[in-house]
Amino acid sequence: MGLLSKKDTKLITDPLADNNPITIQVLGICSALAITAELKASLVMGIAVLFVLGVGNVVISLMRNIIPSKIRIIVQLIVVATLVIIVDQVLKAYQYELSKTLAVFVGLIITNCIIMGRFEAFALGNGPWKSFLDGIGNALGYAVILLIVGFFRELLGSGTLFGVPVLGDPIEKTGVYSIGYENNGFMLMPPMALIVVGLIIWVQRSRNKALIED
Amino acid sequence: MENRTDKNSYTIIFAIGMVIVVGSLLAFTASSLKPAITENQRMERQQNILYAMGVNENEGTSREFISTDKVGEEFSKYIKQQLVIDADGGSTEDTEAYLIDVKKEQAKAKNGETRRLPLFVGEKDGKTFYIAPIRGKGLWDAIWAYVALDKDMVVQGVFFDHAGETPGLGANINQRFFMDDFIGERILDDNGQFKGIAVTKGNNDPKNLIKDDYEVDAIAGSTITGDGVTAMIKADLKLYLPYFKNLK
Repeated sequence: MGLLSKKDTKLITDPLADNNPITIQVLGICSALAITAELKASLVMGIAVLFVLGVGNVVISLMRNIIPSKIRIIVQLIVVATLVIIVDQVLKAYQYELSKTLAVFVGLIITNCIIMGRFEAFALGNGPWKSFLDGIGNALGYAVILLIVGFFRELLGSGTLFGVPVLGDPIEKTGVYSIGYENNGFMLMPPMALIVVGLIIWVQRSRNKALIED
Repeated sequence: MENRTDKNSYTIIFAIGMVIVVGSLLAFTASSLKPAITENQRMERQQNILYAMGVNENEGTSREFISTDKVGEEFSKYIKQQLVIDADGGSTEDTEAYLIDVKKEQAKAKNGETRRLPLFVGEKDGKTFYIAPIRGKGLWDAIWAYVALDKDMVVQGVFFDHAGETPGLGANINQRFFMDDFIGERILDDNGQFKGIAVTKGNNDPKNLIKDDYEVDAIAGSTITGDGVTAMIKADLKLYLPYFKNLK
């Protein structure tokens, strides 16, 4: 990679696997449970967090030397909230349809622990370019888990992917439903998201023993 | 040496500065974008009302409004009358009734003032539609709807929307598979008594073929949103009953 040094590349790839914000750092679980009942919502949330975390990390990093340490958490919160509200307002004015889709996510983005976590753990101590890469990396790591969970929940819970029926019609009894398969409505409930995340953590740690804590 | 950013005076000055910067930034954004946002919301209302009476660009199972560049024109073409209904079923014409904020009117009713009830009379293919806006509470936030009725209060079309229901669950009330179930459902029983439509689990009619059971099939995992829809229809649509009785 010409553009990125080895260290920089690691900032992006690490959170995708061995330092994943959800499965390893266990941050951002709340939104992972709330919005993964379908793939489309997972994707929208992933993109929204990608944007906010990328830009937010840069802003915090630029301000890192002037933020008073006593009130740094509240300053971070204000930066996130301001960013999200401005984006929301601009979308409402120029991309109304899109803003309707995003409306329900606004609150969830502001309170996402990954965002605050990365500001606090990384952006406050590193330069803007590094912080940007770290933000992108962590947001991608978050999005990957969201998409995996969303894939299984939507497939097993509704028999669709991105709203397209892939297993046949449960009411007309076509496809796999003709041999007695039923959608598992329980997959649509938040507890099942927790179980799916748990399974991902299990798989990940059994493949890489170094991740297991004593 | 003590870091200068640790001083109390610096902290306070920083906090004040931050509040001023962020505050004016947000105020500037909000006020400069307000006209565009209001215009979008106005067109959205027209789209919603037209959608309920079947003026939309639906294809297959997708849900498409009439496009924003011709919504104003179509609205004046299909909506023949905009009325404000009073509690006795009397009506007065108001050409901007579609701009009436149902939320504010509900608050008025709570304070003991008279609530204005907007109703839109539309005509399409020789059929007359009476479209009523209603509003209620879902799980997290407000839900609302535009219900198109015929003169016997049989549902001809409906558009639901919400401010913040759970994506993939309650948020699906604005999807075709849920909204289309309401078409043909009755609201009054044979004696003209108000029954409403209940969103129920286990009514054992997933295709919703039975149209006189006052029930539609609920969405799995969104019980409270569904109950909100039931309650909203019961509470708000009932207020229009005197008007429909006067029609006969």
